[in-house]
Amino acid sequence: MYAQMVETGTKRLKTLEEMSPEERDFQEKVDAETKIEAKNWMPDGYRKTLIRQISQHAHSEIVGMLPEGNWVTRAPTLKRKLQLMAKIQDEAGHGLYLYSAMETLGADRDEEIQKLHDGKAKYSSIFNYPTLNWADMGAVGWLVDGAAIVNQVVLQRTSYGPYSRAMVRICKEESFHQRQGYQILLDMMREGTQEQKDMVQDAINRLWWPALMMFGPHDDESPNSQQSMVWKIKRKSNDELRQMFIDQTIPQLEFLGCTVPDPDLKWNEERGHYDFGDINWKEFYDVLKGNGPCNRERIATRKKAIDDGAWVREAAVAYAAKQKQRADKAA
Amino acid sequence: MTQQEVLQEYLLRLADSDMILGQRLSELTGKAPAVEEELAVMNVALDLVGQARNWYEYAAELINDGRDADKLVFLRDAHEYRNLLMVEQPNDDYAVTMARQFFFDVWHYFTLKSLVNASDERVATIAAKAVKEATYHLRRSSEWVKRMGDGTEESHRRIQDAFNLLWRFTGELITPDEVDHAMFKAGIGPDPEQIKQDWFGMVREVAAQATLTVGEEDAWMYMGGKRGEHTEHLGHILAVMQFLPRAYPDATTW
Amino acid sequence: MSEWRLYEVFVRSKHGLNHKHVGSVHAADNEMAMENARELYTRRNEGVSIWVVPSETITASASDEKEILFDPSEDKVYRHASFYKLPDEVGHM
Repeated sequence: MYAQMVETGTKRLKTLEEMSPEERDFQEKVDAETKIEAKNWMPDGYRKTLIRQISQHAHSEIVGMLPEGNWVTRAPTLKRKLQLMAKIQDEAGHGLYLYSAMETLGADRDEEIQKLHDGKAKYSSIFNYPTLNWADMGAVGWLVDGAAIVNQVVLQRTSYGPYSRAMVRICKEESFHQRQGYQILLDMMREGTQEQKDMVQDAINRLWWPALMMFGPHDDESPNSQQSMVWKIKRKSNDELRQMFIDQTIPQLEFLGCTVPDPDLKWNEERGHYDFGDINWKEFYDVLKGNGPCNRERIATRKKAIDDGAWVREAAVAYAAKQKQRADKAA
Repeated sequence: MTQQEVLQEYLLRLADSDMILGQRLSELTGKAPAVEEELAVMNVALDLVGQARNWYEYAAELINDGRDADKLVFLRDAHEYRNLLMVEQPNDDYAVTMARQFFFDVWHYFTLKSLVNASDERVATIAAKAVKEATYHLRRSSEWVKRMGDGTEESHRRIQDAFNLLWRFTGELITPDEVDHAMFKAGIGPDPEQIKQDWFGMVREVAAQATLTVGEEDAWMYMGGKRGEHTEHLGHILAVMQFLPRAYPDATTW
Repeated sequence: MSEWRLYEVFVRSKHGLNHKHVGSVHAADNEMAMENARELYTRRNEGVSIWVVPSETITASASDEKEILFDPSEDKVYRHASFYKLPDEVGHM
């Protein structure tokens, strides 16, 4: 969901009979839940799709630091500041775990990051929305990380070994992020002033729909979704995951004493799920295309950091080369 | 000043310097020169704010006027802050960020190393944990100073400029005032003369390895942070940092 | 091309255990690789010892060769602890 729309390059699914022997062997391993490892044979499409999916996921972690960076300098207590700093640090770490998994597929991290800066790579649309008040730090942790966790828990069983292991690590470390976010909101709702309560409701109003969009468009019968499911790099459909998220979130919302801006939201006894209103897909595609409120600023900030930092990274390389030369001479 | 007032003052200096440098570093979120550096910078910032909290808590207990650590951080104005001028200087170029860190880390490391043996048990305990972190901070910043100094022509120029730019704030690190002297006499603070020697020793050693020149010992120095006279930067740092508690004075919980 | 080299990271999480592969880092030299590995993989005190190895120096078997490389020992069951049936009274070993 940090990877919302991943192109697989598939026009039509092959049957086992149509596959080459390697391909069939590969698909049988996937079907048997045997993890695929870096050195295993894999279809080119599988490799490319995974690189796209994992890099989108990694970029999202890195870009996702920016909306929080907007408030870390203004965190209202020492405790909240420390928590937020730890969370941001984890996000940088998770980005690195994911880039590391991606590199086992033969992709180059710096090249993939360059694609992000050139506007050729995607990241989660949620981070293109601004964080306008302190309660956004709570809502981001609760809703955004909450939505991410729903997806990541499932991805722990993804077919590619390094990706799956990165997910296990990330899920383990991320468990505190969502609680941290919820607690920010809960404390303000329980003991806060009216102004603070208004902040909470305002944050939820602005972030609710964008959070639901994180799961991506409706699953159609497109070969892309089907192919990803068959390869087990996606394990549940976007709509299934979105429903899971809504079902688990609404009771928490009610406990807060807040509402979501969806008049159609109501419990459906028959389905055993919440019904909810239509997502504004035009907005979703616009934001994805780069027209969200903060797309330009987010990319510009990341690009500036890496471009301005070039001399620092080069200095380290030059120094390492000199040190090596000296060591070789001494030997 | 009574002995306890001197200690309060001294604790606030330690706390405020940690806090303001941690705040400066957290401004770099998403803006570090490599993703690996994001992690490292935030790690140092986390350590510093964590240490600040320990010092503030002890200070608050001694001051005992109803203010807790948070109130000390978020409701004191610039003239009440006691941090070193060095740590409030802007991030600017990454060479400036790193030079600032290095000058501070050398002072911080030797100070904490001495505080581990303080006659005040609470101080010694806090310092014992902090010195481990500071040791790592110093190793990291010295490595980067060497990489920049002995790296490319450009990096050498940038870090040398940063050394020149910040040199005027180094004097405050190693020039003792009556509080420093009193703390030393009380068996708590470090020997000011020793700190000065150690600081110059290490700064010169690393600078030499980094092929950098350092300023004169008797150069004109900009001081005043320890008694609440700051550069123009601190007011802006506090305006950001203290925004929420100041804007919502009725809020008792966040 | 990557500006910094890729290193594989191995962490010994507890005394008495083997180093285990945990992932990779980028770094300009060995020392930085060690620092970066420490920051990334032991943020929650997971490790007591770290190895960093330039990725290009690692020779790996293709996992598809598994049968050739690993099958021959499969019949030497005495290499596996579960081969030795102990009476229940002995307890866990």
